Amino acid sequence: MEHQAKAHLLEHRDDEASKLGMWLFIFTEILLFGGLFLVYAVYRSIYHTEFHEASLELNVVFGAVNTIVLLVSSMAIAMALTALQQNKIQLSRQLIWLTVFCAFIFLVNKYFEWGAKFEHEIYPGSELLMKLKHGHILYFGLYYAMTGLHALHVTVGMVILIVAERRIKAGKVHPEKYVFLENSALYWHLVDLIWIFLFPLLYLIT
Amino acid sequence: MRAEAQEFYKGTYLENTGRYKGIWAWLTSTDHKRIGLMYLYAIATFFIVGVIMGLLMRIELISPGKTIVEPQAYNGLFTVHGIIMIFMVVIPGLSATFGNFFLPIMIGARDVSFPRLNLFSFYLFLFGSFLAILSQFMRHGPPDTGWTFYAPYSTTTGTNVIMATTAAFILGFSSILTGLNFIVTVHRLRAPGMRFFRMPLFPWAIYATAWIQLLATPVVGITLLMIIAERLFRIGFFDPALGGDPVLYQHLFWIYSHPAVYIMILPAMGVITEIIPTFCQRKVYGYKAIALSSVAIAAVGYLVWGHHMYTSGMSGKSLWLFSFLTFVVAVPSAIKVFNWLATMYKGSIDMKPPFLFALFFIFLFTIGGLTGLVLGALATNVHVHDTSFVVAHFHYIIFGGMGFAMFAAIHYWFPKIYGRMYNLKQATVASIIMFVGFNLLYFPQFIIGIEGMPRRYYDYFPQFQPAQVISTIGGFVLAAGLALMFYNLIRSARKGEKAPANPWNGTTLEWQIPSPPPLENFDEIPHINERPYSFK
Repeated sequence: MEHQAKAHLLEHRDDEASKLGMWLFIFTEILLFGGLFLVYAVYRSIYHTEFHEASLELNVVFGAVNTIVLLVSSMAIAMALTALQQNKIQLSRQLIWLTVFCAFIFLVNKYFEWGAKFEHEIYPGSELLMKLKHGHILYFGLYYAMTGLHALHVTVGMVILIVAERRIKAGKVHPEKYVFLENSALYWHLVDLIWIFLFPLLYLIT
Repeated sequence: MRAEAQEFYKGTYLENTGRYKGIWAWLTSTDHKRIGLMYLYAIATFFIVGVIMGLLMRIELISPGKTIVEPQAYNGLFTVHGIIMIFMVVIPGLSATFGNFFLPIMIGARDVSFPRLNLFSFYLFLFGSFLAILSQFMRHGPPDTGWTFYAPYSTTTGTNVIMATTAAFILGFSSILTGLNFIVTVHRLRAPGMRFFRMPLFPWAIYATAWIQLLATPVVGITLLMIIAERLFRIGFFDPALGGDPVLYQHLFWIYSHPAVYIMILPAMGVITEIIPTFCQRKVYGYKAIALSSVAIAAVGYLVWGHHMYTSGMSGKSLWLFSFLTFVVAVPSAIKVFNWLATMYKGSIDMKPPFLFALFFIFLFTIGGLTGLVLGALATNVHVHDTSFVVAHFHYIIFGGMGFAMFAAIHYWFPKIYGRMYNLKQATVASIIMFVGFNLLYFPQFIIGIEGMPRRYYDYFPQFQPAQVISTIGGFVLAAGLALMFYNLIRSARKGEKAPANPWNGTTLEWQIPSPPPLENFDEIPHINERPYSFK
């Protein structure tokens, strides 16, 4: 009893604070990408025809599949959180693995997409690209910068989700104390959300 | 149970070592007070490095042509002086040191909301600083772009720009996490009864600053990443040869770096707002106006970045709008100055060193602020743009403002931090020497700036030499004052007389606990039922 009281005294737990902190961090991430979106907006308005031409080079099917994969993953992680809250620990862990699997599929897809572009010698600094018009160079520069930074976030998100799963397995995250999983899920939704904006901006708008 | 807890937390924060001994007890500590002090020692060290670089530049400029260094080395000096002073000294200066130490105590909390994140921010800060200093000594030579990293030069020069921008990025990340921590702390950990409008005004200033850190820094983060990507992969964001626009870089850079000026000065204003009521034993005049003017500065400060770019090429409409907003942002700063003066009116003024520093702050900050209007007005700006007038204005605000407020804060809270008192007479003498040296150093720069002395130039026409000589002399006077101040503080931290818990008769919470504070600040969290600064 006494030991428990001491442990409670030493445990500085405030779930509301953790969530508030995570939301603030998400603001900063949005602003980070905001800089790239701003640059995109400026160059799109200057070079609108060339952006249109260059965007035709992208494969909408790749983008659409990845969008669906990410939406499914977002749903899975939300379900994982609900499952944990309802004390269905096995289900929760399975759903997290499903999310991680979706993230992996997304990256594999991205690998092939980028690989195809490299094959056609479309990458920053390539000889072919340097011969194209300014708008084309900037479009592909932005394409690589934005999807690259996003892919980095996908990778980080995967690591965080795997950590969350390990912590559930170890019993450190459990139905009474799930803020870690909640914050990981928030981060994952952010990753998803950014893609939801990247997809139309890069692939669909013509 | 309570007795056992008290046994566990016995002793001051300086004595209680926790799991490790010696230096490790500091390096692994998540106590906000120890982290604050570690920031203070690191920042003081970097400050001395920056001062030495400044003095080297002053010696170089004592006569036209080469004096001690080559032109390329001079370019490195002013760039690195800028990077160290801005990113490693002034931006974290007050909020990471005294904000860390006193924000939790002043709002009646035992620590910040995320103590481990706090320690992590500190290590990010150290790592970023390490990279910044390393960029000086690596192959290819120190960066020579100026601390602003303007494209396209920063994307083409052969010097260590990537390492320096990475350093700035990491330092920015540390700043974001500190800001995030403070915002959550203020929202979650205020003592019972302490409503927002019962918070002391230093926490208010830190709170407003934290929002700027959080919302502005990511923009410079992505901008620096774009510079790095541009150098590594030739993407062309800012390269006209590939269709990019260098002016866009300037916009992105100043979207952060102008609000950053308020990251520097807002906590300074917060310190002054604490000191003036205490040393006048008078209730602060216009509590709400001061609190809200901090928020107003944070908000409007976002929208004035274009005034750094009047001569870069912008539409006429943008020009007058930015100029107009620049004048608007001067209003809340002026509100604070008038409130400080009104607080002194009919107070019983006690000219102790912290108050003296605060007075110097008001004097220097006012000169800096008014010359800022010369720069903010379109017509006069074109005349003095990129001259040493800008250098003088900037140093009056940042060194005369934030720097002197930092010294004021050290002298104000020193007895609380160490439980010892410094030598008051030496501190007074040091502050006066610094004040005289400061004005000798920077005031001539206003004059030769108007006469056409460009900033960042290695060489100059002979007619500027008398002013340059006065400046250099002033620089050494200032350095002498600094040396005396450091000597007094370092000696007194170990050997000074024991200080009472409340030597200045302050009213805020940090003065109601012993000096130095106990490990967990408060035995019982106090209950607050009135505003601070009610002197009886």
